[in-house]
Amino acid sequence: MALLETRGLTAFYGDFQALFGIDLSVEAGETIAIIGSNGAGKSTFLRTLTGLAPTRPEHIHFDGKPIGGLSAPAIVSQGIAMVPEGRRLFPSLTVEENLLIGAWSQKRAGHWTLGKIYQLFPNLAERRRSPSTVLSGGQQQMAAIGRALMSNPRLLLCDEISLGLAPIVIRDIYAALPLIRQVGTSLIVVEQDIAQALAVADRVYCFQEGRMTLAGKPSELTREMIHAAYFGG
Amino acid sequence: MLPISVDEGLTLTTLIDILVQGILLGGLYALFAAGLSLIFGVMRLVNLAHGDLIVLAAYLILVATNALGVGVVGGLAAAIPAMFAVGYLLQRLLFNRVLGKDILPPLLTSFGLSIFLQNGMLTGFSADSRRLPAGGVETLSVPIVGGLAIGVLPLLTFLAAVCVIVSMNQIFYRTALGRGFRAVSDDPVTAQLMGIDNRQMFAIAMGIAMVVCAIAAFFLGLRANFDPTIGPARLIFAFEAVIIGGLGSLWGTLAGGVILGVAQTAGAAVDPEWQLLVGHLAFLFVLVLKPRGLFPRSAD
Amino acid sequence: MSVLAHQRFSAATGTRLSAIAGVGALALVALLAALPFFASRGLIQDLFLVFSLLALAQYWNLLAGYAGLVSVGQQAFVGLGAYALFASTMLAGLDPVLSILIAGAVAAIVAWPVALVVFRLKNAYFAVGTWVVAEVFRLVVAQIKSLGGGTGTALPKSVTNDSALISLIAHVTGSRTPAARDMAAYWLALVVVVLTMALVYALLRSKRGLALSAIRDNEGAAGSVGVNLARTKLYVYVVCAFGAGLTGALIYLQKARISPDAAFSVTDWTAFVLFIVIIGGIATIEGPIVGVLIFWLLQDQLAAFGAWYLMILGALAVCVMLFFPEGVWGALAHRYDIHLFPFRRRLVVSGGKGAT
Repeated sequence: MALLETRGLTAFYGDFQALFGIDLSVEAGETIAIIGSNGAGKSTFLRTLTGLAPTRPEHIHFDGKPIGGLSAPAIVSQGIAMVPEGRRLFPSLTVEENLLIGAWSQKRAGHWTLGKIYQLFPNLAERRRSPSTVLSGGQQQMAAIGRALMSNPRLLLCDEISLGLAPIVIRDIYAALPLIRQVGTSLIVVEQDIAQALAVADRVYCFQEGRMTLAGKPSELTREMIHAAYFGG
Repeated sequence: MLPISVDEGLTLTTLIDILVQGILLGGLYALFAAGLSLIFGVMRLVNLAHGDLIVLAAYLILVATNALGVGVVGGLAAAIPAMFAVGYLLQRLLFNRVLGKDILPPLLTSFGLSIFLQNGMLTGFSADSRRLPAGGVETLSVPIVGGLAIGVLPLLTFLAAVCVIVSMNQIFYRTALGRGFRAVSDDPVTAQLMGIDNRQMFAIAMGIAMVVCAIAAFFLGLRANFDPTIGPARLIFAFEAVIIGGLGSLWGTLAGGVILGVAQTAGAAVDPEWQLLVGHLAFLFVLVLKPRGLFPRSAD
Repeated sequence: MSVLAHQRFSAATGTRLSAIAGVGALALVALLAALPFFASRGLIQDLFLVFSLLALAQYWNLLAGYAGLVSVGQQAFVGLGAYALFASTMLAGLDPVLSILIAGAVAAIVAWPVALVVFRLKNAYFAVGTWVVAEVFRLVVAQIKSLGGGTGTALPKSVTNDSALISLIAHVTGSRTPAARDMAAYWLALVVVVLTMALVYALLRSKRGLALSAIRDNEGAAGSVGVNLARTKLYVYVVCAFGAGLTGALIYLQKARISPDAAFSVTDWTAFVLFIVIIGGIATIEGPIVGVLIFWLLQDQLAAFGAWYLMILGALAVCVMLFFPEGVWGALAHRYDIHLFPFRRRLVVSGGKGAT
């Protein structure tokens, strides 16, 4: 049984339909990448997973349980955590406080503690007492990832973690992912950078205008197939 | 405080007296304002019934004192959990339902609540003026230099204000709950992604604000008469203290209260009828020159 | 594509229902105008207050419901207008009806600098700021001895009874001065409220009205498409101050007795007005009409109960905000899609062949 499974997932913004029946699964320990252009529905998909956008209970199953439509805090306590697009650290909190707040709903003991996060991202340790606003983009991204890990999630959702960062910085951040996988966490990585997505994922899904247009292992997918799925038509 | 007569003139003693009395009065105003400041900080709500809730707390203390027979401090001790419950329920049942992007519903709801509370208290307690039994403390004073004396009660009020602000800052900056408040205030959506239940946080914050209102009511009721209609004026003083001091800083609110207190005391010294007016004019003056207040938090 | 070229596009606001309602409204106004000739004096006095409150409600609705400026301090201008009337008639000896207009003008002029101060605040802070301004007016006026100071004063009979209008009415209707006085007040109030509603309706149908809706919906977006926020808000604020001042003057001309606490009362001139608008339906022209009728009914039944009455009003306002925030009229209009005073613009396409 897959850790996460969506069946016919739909999502609406008022009258506007953003997702048209997505069937997606994540096995325990897997890393899934979702690619697609802007407006394809990737972020909407993550919003329904995390409880920020409404959907029907049976559309999303986690560990066999229907969780669609649960509130965001309830989803977190199920074991799903998100690194939001744009980082969204709390400006009134220091780096350390941002990490600590990630453990707000600490229901599960687990591998990730403050100390372990600092081991994973040493330059956060140096700046632990700084306001989060003085960090560089890359450091903020690391802090956002660390914050999400503090709840010891079984499934980590990463929304566009390479956005706005220099290639060197992106490499450093993605270098941390294997260490996260080692602990047994499953990942969904939403990425605009296709090469990075293919490099890190066990399986890739492609979205286009609210529909899933491609699914498969990176080794099975050709450039042409991805191009067609990405841009459609 | 007698008005200055032309014969006396403005001596240094008189000026210092005005300053000291004004600062201590500022302590009371800071107590009124602290709860308002907290609520606005956490959930961007200005509760127009804030002053009436202070008056309600005063009546609760009075009722508890008379019913329990343990003195007015015992009455306060009983009123504090009661007011926490009032605030918690008010937020959960009422304000959580109307808070949102539109500013009208919370404003109009709290105004309706204000009228409801005032007239409810009028019906329940009559329009008679009441006072909390202070057992003589209100007449005690401590002499300081130059023949001046400070009233014990105003001094205690000011010290209470400082203690409340220190405590609130401790909660905000040293506890997990305070971390949660700051996160919710910064970004309610992302706070939810951390597992924070915003509605619960708002309710706890409102509960704390009502506890502060109970403390404010305690000192208000000891030093002066109160009746169901004095709520709106307390709201205005609280509001003026917050604006003068600047949004987002509790110490700023204390400063704002002090400035308001000094302005009012100076006005009263010239003519008792001018007390309120000078206070309002000081507020408007600050508003024109520094619309964000004197010590605003830069993050806002 | 060629189909579009033959078509003309325009924006229209009127509908058939509104046309019918328009005719109905004219008939109603004619009836109301004729009322003093056959109705009881009590009814005329009641309706005077109803019309006055309705006018105040329309102005408050314009300010808060449309411009998004929630003021709980309009009593500042009601009281200012009232005192300006007293000053104009008692101290300057001018005709009462002229003085009403002067009072409106005074309120409008004072509103300008007041706006510059209070506009520095936003939302709820703006609301309390307007209240502070009203308090300042009250406290300052209480210092003016020639107008009665803190205890207030009364208009002498020379002012209340000796106006050209009243003499005319008494002559035409053959009634005695007190009755003629009531009729004069009634007709003036009717004129004020009809003109007010016409003004508000015309404003909302105009370009400035469109700007207002835009500001209300999304201030940032409105600014970015060139709507001059500051000027539009100032304009509305001054117009509403004028209206409040004018109506306040009229009310206190009829009451003939004034005091700072009464003229600047939050309960009488803001709370009641607010409740009328909320319960009736905010941001609609029909809403305050429904609201004032409900208010009149409640007032009739419950005013004897004093504090209970206000408790009920407060609780009712809270319930409306919780369960149907668009008010009684708003809920009805929504449900049955009725708009008697429509100002939403519809696209009207004329000419050319039908769509393919």
